[in-house]
Amino acid sequence: MADTRKIAVNVNGTMRSATIETRMTLVDFLRHELKLTGTHVGCEHGVCGACTVLVNGNSARACLMLAVQCDGQEVATVESLATDKKLNVLQQAFQDNHGLQCGFCTPGMLMTLTEFLRDHPEPGEAQVRDVLSGNLCRCTGYQGIIDAALDAAKKMREAAP
Amino acid sequence: MITQAHVKLTGFGASVKRKEDPALLRGEGQFIDDIHLPEMLHAAFVRSPYAHAKINGIDKTAALALPGVHAVLTHADLPQAARDNTLPLLVPHPAIKLVKLPYALAKDETCYAGEPVACVVADSRYIAEDAAQLVEVDYEPLPAVNDCRAALEEGAPLAHRDAESNIAARFPLKVGDADRAFTGAAHVFREKIYQHRGGPFFMECRGIVAEYDAHHDAYTLHVASQGPHRIKRSMMEVFGFGDHQIRVVTPDVGGGFGPKGSFYPEYIDVAAAAALLRRPVKWIEDRRENFLTTHQERDQYWDMEIAVDANAKIIGVRGQLIHETGAYVPWGIVLPWITATTVPGPYVVPNFKLDVISVFTNKIQTTPVRGAGRPEAVTTMERLMDRVARELKLDRAEVRRRNFIQPEQMPYKVGIIFRDGRPVTYDSGDYPACLAAALKTSDYDGFAQRQAAARAQGRYLGIGMANAVEATGLGPYESATVRVATSGKITIYTGATPQGQAHKTTLAQIASDQLGVDFNDIEVVTGDTSMNALGMGTFAARTAVNAGNSVHVAAIAVADKAKKIAAGMMECLEDDLELADGFVRLKSAPDVRKSLRDISVKAFGMPGFSMAGGLAPGLEHTAHFTPDQSAYSNGAHVAEVEVDIETGEVKILRYTVAHDCGRVINPMVVDGQVIGGVAHGVGNALYEQLMFDDNAQPLTTNFGEYLLPMATDVPRVDMVHLETPSPLNPLGVKGAGEGGTISAIGAIISAVENALEPFGVVISEAPITPQRIVALLGEHARGRTR
Repeated sequence: MADTRKIAVNVNGTMRSATIETRMTLVDFLRHELKLTGTHVGCEHGVCGACTVLVNGNSARACLMLAVQCDGQEVATVESLATDKKLNVLQQAFQDNHGLQCGFCTPGMLMTLTEFLRDHPEPGEAQVRDVLSGNLCRCTGYQGIIDAALDAAKKMREAAP
Repeated sequence: MITQAHVKLTGFGASVKRKEDPALLRGEGQFIDDIHLPEMLHAAFVRSPYAHAKINGIDKTAALALPGVHAVLTHADLPQAARDNTLPLLVPHPAIKLVKLPYALAKDETCYAGEPVACVVADSRYIAEDAAQLVEVDYEPLPAVNDCRAALEEGAPLAHRDAESNIAARFPLKVGDADRAFTGAAHVFREKIYQHRGGPFFMECRGIVAEYDAHHDAYTLHVASQGPHRIKRSMMEVFGFGDHQIRVVTPDVGGGFGPKGSFYPEYIDVAAAAALLRRPVKWIEDRRENFLTTHQERDQYWDMEIAVDANAKIIGVRGQLIHETGAYVPWGIVLPWITATTVPGPYVVPNFKLDVISVFTNKIQTTPVRGAGRPEAVTTMERLMDRVARELKLDRAEVRRRNFIQPEQMPYKVGIIFRDGRPVTYDSGDYPACLAAALKTSDYDGFAQRQAAARAQGRYLGIGMANAVEATGLGPYESATVRVATSGKITIYTGATPQGQAHKTTLAQIASDQLGVDFNDIEVVTGDTSMNALGMGTFAARTAVNAGNSVHVAAIAVADKAKKIAAGMMECLEDDLELADGFVRLKSAPDVRKSLRDISVKAFGMPGFSMAGGLAPGLEHTAHFTPDQSAYSNGAHVAEVEVDIETGEVKILRYTVAHDCGRVINPMVVDGQVIGGVAHGVGNALYEQLMFDDNAQPLTTNFGEYLLPMATDVPRVDMVHLETPSPLNPLGVKGAGEGGTISAIGAIISAVENALEPFGVVISEAPITPQRIVALLGEHARGRTR
C-alpha cells in the first residue's frame, strides 16, 4: 500500500490540508486534490515550464516537486494573480499584446514573469527572452509574450510610488 | 454615423482583444484534464516496446490483483465491433495499394513502438501506471524497417508481416510533357533533398474523458480534438452507433497543429472501458506517450531535376518523391498529394512530372502537421531555384522574378488536380509584389554590404528567401447556426473547433457587422456535436473561409428575418429598417424600434396560435458555406542569419514575412498565427529531430532530447500584409494558420547556405543542426550534404 502523509500547505493565502500519497507531485496535488486546475502539466520532466508556480516566492516546477515537500510552505499559483473583477497588470498586458493563443503554457509564463518582474523592474528584451527560455510555447513564437512582459514592466514602474 | 464607426471598431477588420483571454489568464480555462467527474476512473496504457513484434499472449493476472485496479482490457476484451473493425480510413483514394490501419488495441502484431496493447483502468493514474507495469506481454520481436528508402530495397523487412511490399500507394502527377521538355533544355540541374519528420508538440497532450449512460446506451466523449464531428463519425464507423448514441464535445484545447484532428485508438479503448465499468474514465497522454504515439510529419526523400532555358526560365521540373507514411495510412495519401501539388508554387512550370511513392515503415504514422506537406514542397522547389541562381550566376531574387506567375494571369490553372478534387486554380494574388515587399522590408539590397562588413570581422552572414502558394479553406463546408434567443441574447454554434486561433472572437466579429451589436455581446459555442448536426472542425487553414462565411451567411439571414418580422410588427417596409444596438429600428427615426428580444419572442410563436403561411419559426439560421475550391494564400519570407563556423550555431538576425491571406478579419490574430507559424518553421529548419535506431526504436522521447525553439531562438518577425481578396467567398478571405511555417524552412536553409558560401557548402536537408553544419564545414567541406 502506498505511503501516505498529512500535509498542510498555504496555497494562495489559504491553508489547505490533505492526506496524500508521498509520491504525489505538487502539480497533481494542486490540480486533482485541490481542483486548482489553472496550473498545467506539459511535460512532467521539468522542461516546458507550464507547471511553474511560486514556492515561498521562488519559481518552481510543480511537476518536479513532491507535494510533501511543500508541507508548511507557501505556494502561489496563477489563480492568485487576478482579483474577482480585474486582471492584474501582467495578465492585462498579455491580453493587450496578444501574448497567448491556446493559453495552455500561459499560467507558467505568468508565474515565471511574476517572479522575474518583481526582481527586475527594468528588464531589457534580451533579459526577458533569457528568463522565458525555460518556458516553451508552440503557438505564439514568443513575440507577444515578450511584448507583454516589457509592457507590464513599464506599467508597473509607472504605477510604483 | 455613430453606429457605423462603432461597428468598424469591433467588427470585421478590427484588431479587437480576444474574448478567450480573461478566463485563460485567470487559470479558469477548461482543458481536457481539468474535467473532474464524480466516480471517475483513470486509464493508462501498456504499449509495445518493440517497433515490430508478434504478440503470443498476454497475462494480466498480476495487474488485476493490484488493489484499485478495475479492469485490464486487451484486444480480446473489446466490444465485438472493435475487435472486428480497425480504425477507419479517413480519406480513401484509388491510388492506395494497401490499406493498413490499427485496431484499437493490437490484435496479434504491433507495428510501431508505442502501439497500444492493453488498457488498464484504476482508481488513480498512479495505480493504473503501477498496474500497467504488471501486465505481462509475450512479444516475439520481428524485423523492423526504420527508413522509407530502405523499405523499398529488395529484401527489406516488411513493416506488416502479411504484406507483399512496403508500398502503401504510388501515383504519378503530370503537367505537359516533362521528358520532352528536358530534351534540349539549355540547363538541367539535379538535387537530392531529404526532409525530416518533426511533430506537432502542442503543449497540452492528447486526452479523453468518456461517459457512458447505460439507460440510453449512449456515450458522451470529451476529447481534446480539432473537430468532434469527425471523431463522432469515426466512432460510428467502428461501432455502428445511432446518431443519438454518441455526443463528442471538445473543451479548451492546448494547441493542435494537425495531429489533434486525427482519430486515435485510445478513444475507442477509453469509451469501451467506460461502458464496461459504467463509470467515467479519463486518459491523458503523458509527454513520453506523446512522442511515441501522436502523429508526426515530414519524412520525405526527393530526387528532382529542373530544366531552364538560357534566361533561367523554367521549362520543366521532374523527379521522384518517396514519402514515409509510417506504420499505417489513417489519412490515406492526403499528405503526399498536398506535397506534390504544392511544388510548382508561384512559378510558371509548363511541364511537370512527379512519381510519388508512399511507403510503410515501423514508425508512428505521418499525418498533417502545420503546413501539411507544403513546407517540404516549398523547401524543395526553393532549393531548385537557388541552384539555378548559383549555376547561372544570377541573383536569387532575379531568378524568382523571371519565373513568377503574373497577377494578370489570374485565375491561373496549374494543370494538376488538388486533393479537394478540383484543378489547382490559383484564384488571386500578386506574387511579384509579395516578394518585392518582403525584400524591401528586409533591406535585401543593403545585405551585400552587411555581409561584406561582417566577413571583414570574420563573421558569416547569409540571407535567404522562399515563396509559397498555399491551398487554404478546403471544403467540404463548416456549420454555423446564428440564433437570437427569446431573451435577445445571440449565440453562434459552429463545428469549427479552435485550439488557440480565437474563433470565439473572430466569428463574433463577423456576425456583429450584420447584427448591429458589439462582438462582445455574441457568444460563440464551438465543438459540440449536440449543437450542430454537421461539422468538420479546424484544420487545413479552413475556418476563416468555411466557418467565417457560414457565420456571415447565417447572420445576414437572421438580420433579414428580424427585419421582416419587425416590419410586420411596426407596419413599415423592411428596406426602411436597420439593425443597431440590439434593435431593429427605422433608419429615418431611430427611436422607433423593436428589440431583438421582442422579435425573437414573436418568431418563437405562442402556444395555440397559428404561424402557417408565415416565416419559418425561430429567429435563427443555419448555414453550411461550401467553397467551390481552395482559396490560395501566398507569402514570401526573407531570413537573415549569422552562422558561427566554429560551433555551427545559427542566429536568425532578421526575419521578414510578406503575406497575403485575402481580407483580414482580425490583424492582431493573423499576425499571431503567422509569427507562431514561423517559430514552428524555425524548429523544423534548425532544431527538431526525431531520432530512431536501426530497429525503429525512438531515441528522442522528451524535450531534453528533442529541441523545441525557445524564446532565445525565435526572432522578431517583421510583417507586411498584402490584401488580395479571394473572389471565391463572400468575405474575400483565405486561410492564415499555416503560411508562417510553410516558407520558413526554405528561407532559413537558403540563408544558412548563403552564409557558408565561401566554404562551398550546399545544403540539401532539413533540419540543418549545428552538428551537421560543423560536419559540412569539416570533412565534407566543398562537398554536398547528400
